[in-house]
Amino acid sequence: MPGVTTTVPSTDGRRTNPWETVKRGLALSPELRVGLGWTVVLALIATLGRAVVPIAVQRTIDVGLGGGGGPIDLGATVRIVALAGLAVLLTAGTSGAMNVRLARTVETALSSLRVGTFRHIQDLSMLHQAAEQRGALVSRVTSDIDEISRFMQWGGVNLITSAGQLLVAVAVMAVYSWRMTLVVLATFVPFVAATRWFQVRLTVAYRTVRQRVGELLGILAEVVVGAPVVRAYGIESRTQGRLDAAISNHYQASVTAGRLSSSLSGLGELYAASATAAVLVAGVLWVAAGQLTPGTVTAFFFLVTLFVQPVRIASETINEAQTAVAGWRRVLDVLDIEPDVADPGEDGRAIPPGPIAIRFDHVSFAYPMVPAERDDPSSYARAPLGPTVLHDVDVDIAPQTRVAVVGETGSGKTTFAKLLTRLMDPVQGAVRLNGIDLREVTFQSLRDRVVMVPQDGMLFDGTIAENVRHGDPGLSDERLEVAFIELGLMEWIESLPDRFGTEVGERGTELSSGERQLVAVARAYVADPDLLVLDEATSAVDPATEVRLQRALAGLTRGRATVTIAHRLSTAEAADEVLVFDDGVLVQRGTHGQLVDDASGPYATMHAAWRSGSASLR
Amino acid sequence: MFRRGFTILGMAIRNRPEPFALGALGAALYGGMTVASATVIGSVTDRVVIPAFEASVVDSGLLVVGVALVLGVAILKAAGVFWRRYGAHLMQQGLQAHYRRQVTRQYLELPIAWHRRHSTGQLLSNANADVESAFFTIAPLPMSIGVLVMLVATAALLVVTDPFLTAIGFVVWPILAFVNWKYQHSMQAVATEAQQLRADVSGVAHESIDAALVIKTLGREGAETERFRGWSDGLRDKMIELGRIRGYFDPIIEGLPNLGIMLVLAVGAWRVQTSGLTTGDLVEFAYLFGLLGLPMRVFGWMLGELPRSVVGWERVEQVLRAEAEQRFGTASGDGRAGADVGLEQVVFTHPDSGHTPGHRAHAHDQASERGLTGVSFDVEAGTTIAIVGPTGSGKSTIAALLVRLFDPDAGGLLFDGTDLRDLARSELSDHIAVVFQEPFLFDDTVGDNITLGGGFSDEQVREAAALAQADGFIEQLEAGYATRVGERGATLSGGQRQRIALARGLIRRPRLLVLDDATSAVDPAVEERILRGLKDAELPFTVIVVAYRRSTIAMADQVVFVENGQVSAQGPHQELHDTVRSYRELVTAYDRRQAV
Repeated sequence: MPGVTTTVPSTDGRRTNPWETVKRGLALSPELRVGLGWTVVLALIATLGRAVVPIAVQRTIDVGLGGGGGPIDLGATVRIVALAGLAVLLTAGTSGAMNVRLARTVETALSSLRVGTFRHIQDLSMLHQAAEQRGALVSRVTSDIDEISRFMQWGGVNLITSAGQLLVAVAVMAVYSWRMTLVVLATFVPFVAATRWFQVRLTVAYRTVRQRVGELLGILAEVVVGAPVVRAYGIESRTQGRLDAAISNHYQASVTAGRLSSSLSGLGELYAASATAAVLVAGVLWVAAGQLTPGTVTAFFFLVTLFVQPVRIASETINEAQTAVAGWRRVLDVLDIEPDVADPGEDGRAIPPGPIAIRFDHVSFAYPMVPAERDDPSSYARAPLGPTVLHDVDVDIAPQTRVAVVGETGSGKTTFAKLLTRLMDPVQGAVRLNGIDLREVTFQSLRDRVVMVPQDGMLFDGTIAENVRHGDPGLSDERLEVAFIELGLMEWIESLPDRFGTEVGERGTELSSGERQLVAVARAYVADPDLLVLDEATSAVDPATEVRLQRALAGLTRGRATVTIAHRLSTAEAADEVLVFDDGVLVQRGTHGQLVDDASGPYATMHAAWRSGSASLR
Repeated sequence: MFRRGFTILGMAIRNRPEPFALGALGAALYGGMTVASATVIGSVTDRVVIPAFEASVVDSGLLVVGVALVLGVAILKAAGVFWRRYGAHLMQQGLQAHYRRQVTRQYLELPIAWHRRHSTGQLLSNANADVESAFFTIAPLPMSIGVLVMLVATAALLVVTDPFLTAIGFVVWPILAFVNWKYQHSMQAVATEAQQLRADVSGVAHESIDAALVIKTLGREGAETERFRGWSDGLRDKMIELGRIRGYFDPIIEGLPNLGIMLVLAVGAWRVQTSGLTTGDLVEFAYLFGLLGLPMRVFGWMLGELPRSVVGWERVEQVLRAEAEQRFGTASGDGRAGADVGLEQVVFTHPDSGHTPGHRAHAHDQASERGLTGVSFDVEAGTTIAIVGPTGSGKSTIAALLVRLFDPDAGGLLFDGTDLRDLARSELSDHIAVVFQEPFLFDDTVGDNITLGGGFSDEQVREAAALAQADGFIEQLEAGYATRVGERGATLSGGQRQRIALARGLIRRPRLLVLDDATSAVDPAVEERILRGLKDAELPFTVIVVAYRRSTIAMADQVVFVENGQVSAQGPHQELHDTVRSYRELVTAYDRRQAV
């Protein structure tokens, strides 16, 4: 689309400074800094402990054994070894204490980050919760945070203690002999270059593996969820072909990554050996020249392993670190999205009591353009607006009216419902209930007084009673039954094996789609709102039940207003007032009778088309 | 547990002998060379370093030999490391791929009734996470062989060198092995619980974020957050417990070899004084104790992973052993035009379905009372019948039985007089097509979603799409029929998905077409065009439609009225309308309301 920039660089490719991410992450989780000082001190002691063995070996040989050939001083040896043994015990204790502290701090902080992010996602407007992004949002509070936890407790500690060990090793080496230190460091240079070469390829290889895993899981999910279609259409062998290909691709990618990482491990061994060989040559020459003791050379054999080990661990951990920082950044990106439909909270007002009058004051609406990165929830916040889908709707609806909203798919009728329940805010104009702009109404008041039943009324895994109580948590068993009697649904309840205690299953899949809608409607009914908005909420329910439901929902006796987004024109026939939308414009309003009489109007045309299907029957 | 764990390892070795041999040989080389490197260090100390100190002269010949030995041993050790890891990797990945294929084959083979007894999450994890954890123990398997070689070689060296150093080794290593085992053992139970909690947290997040709209419209954000916090804090506590266990054991495992080295130094110094032990021997064993500490962990790790591997394998095996095989006959379903269809006293109860982990199990066998209790009706070839009934009366069940997603408990379904169970597998899908109420689209192109890989021409695809009133919007898509629809067709509206699914059924020109409320989300005007189109096309199929709406019922020659799992009336619409009160009330509900 010319002139509109919707391409946002992908999350993984976006270059942000990792330190920036870590700094912001730490700022957002102050729990991480609690007691950090002591943990660092403990880590420092634990790291210094790594130097104990080489020093003990050197002292034993040079002092205890007199350089290998001199007089043997057993007393001195015992003193050296006892001291070193104590040091080993001390560092073991500190490293244990550090691990325990770290686990407590990290997990406490991450659990509150997890819950905070979850709440933030719930607070985002429905634009950010679009279907294709839900998977991504779920991974923000699951795998991304797990990634950070794993790294902080394992890799992160390794990285820090390894860096410390490296420094300690170099420091001890330098104290023994700066020239030998230079020798060790010199052998290090080609190794770094070679490691880097592998590292670049490994990063690519691991990324490929992750992609292949994603593809495999995608196809697997299709096979499991779409099993009835696969079976009914007899496409098992084609499906197996797709699965086999995905499995083989994943295998190939894993094997490639495995070959590279195995080579890198082999390389580490070679490096340790070449450093040892260099130490041997230089050490022997300097020992002969009287500039080094045999104990020092031996100590260097140990120091070399001490030096090489962290280099290898670090090169493996760097990958983990990158993944963890990327995960952290993705979490921060979600937290960065301002809830664009925000609760005014303290500053807000309540909808004045009494029956609700609706006013759409020159309301227009446009969705943001769908960004290139649909699975990056944060990209919606940056996307410009797309074409206007609702044009200057200006309408007053008196209290206690039963309103039907009709129009073809894409006519703007669902947008109307979403604006009415403040799932979105208008781009222009205002929606007022009893004279108050919805943007000034507290969520508490709004959700108490206005309830919407969406087309796909998701159920939670649990019983029917538990699901209905989402509408009114304190609902007694008697009131629950009364509600179903009022809705004319008791006969249906009685047909279920466990009545209200019947389990609805994962996402309600134990029930048919019509039955799910019955539960969703009952859930809204017990919430007892003053304005009830139904967005094709009974599309899968049989006509007789639907009519009973709508009669009960209208709640004529208690002055409730209902706005029904209607798919079937039958609803419009029974309404007090019909709003007809066409291409984002409110084109007609009036009673069913009035609209049908306007023979050239869009409603009359729609109605005729709808009727003709059944005309032959009567 | 251990025996079963080792049985799995044995089976894995038999299944992938070559990579295992590579890995095991590499590991043996690695183990041998690790010990050899310590021996080289020890003898170099004795023969090169100390003489250089004492004589102040370097024997360059010996030095060259020393360097060559250090490097030669290292090259062999590096090769050992590579093959050890690569062999393990080939073995592990090969096994995973193999069993993923087996499990998914089984999924495609097992009847839908079996699928219904298991939750989506469980089936996904059987094919993915469970296969993975079943073979977790493969990665450290060659390494543990390498460690065995190391331990035996070290023990042999110790025995021939000095009895006192031998004693140290024989005290320190068993203790270390025991602590390692204890460590993994303590970790295992908690780690499994943590793993389960992690899955639960994920389950709650999935459910809650999918239901975000409902939560928002009911103002339940706070309550949902508290629910999520409960699970998240549970996970946190388990992770902290894991951290505590690690805090206790890790330092012991790290410290023990170092204490061993201290003992070697003290006792070694005494032995140098009192017996023939050399400084080089002392250095050799101190060095060896240092090298062995890390690899020793692999034993504990492998033993610790065994229970998880057993659990994973058992879950995989459950799928592989499931025998609820659906049998097919050999009969052909060929014939001209539409088929005669008959249901004879069909009885069916829904299988009890699986529940999501982390939530309570079903209190009762709740499905047992719902289903069909004896349904009979006949459909004449080439005619259209409508199955009408109130919500939850069993209409969709009949549709599912007609394509053998399930088989009846009693009674039978006849296709041109042949029992469905006698038809050959491919005949069934060749001649009977169903369009479900909730259309399932694959993450593929629009065209492929219609053909599903069948050999249809572009012309046929367009024709079917036109009949389903889908050609209009498809041509307006970015790439027309080549547009990818995204996961589950997420980029399309519900009505659009239904129309693609309808075209999918139509293009096959089946002898029986079953439409299960297949146009419920389509605009009334478009639906009307679809129905008129189907009628005008004078399709030769027998059509069975599940519907409520009169526009759809109008298509039908006959109506079968279903109530509470039984056929309560059958006949032309007008007849039922005039004679059956509950039928009349159902289909004319909209009209009667006008009078209210």
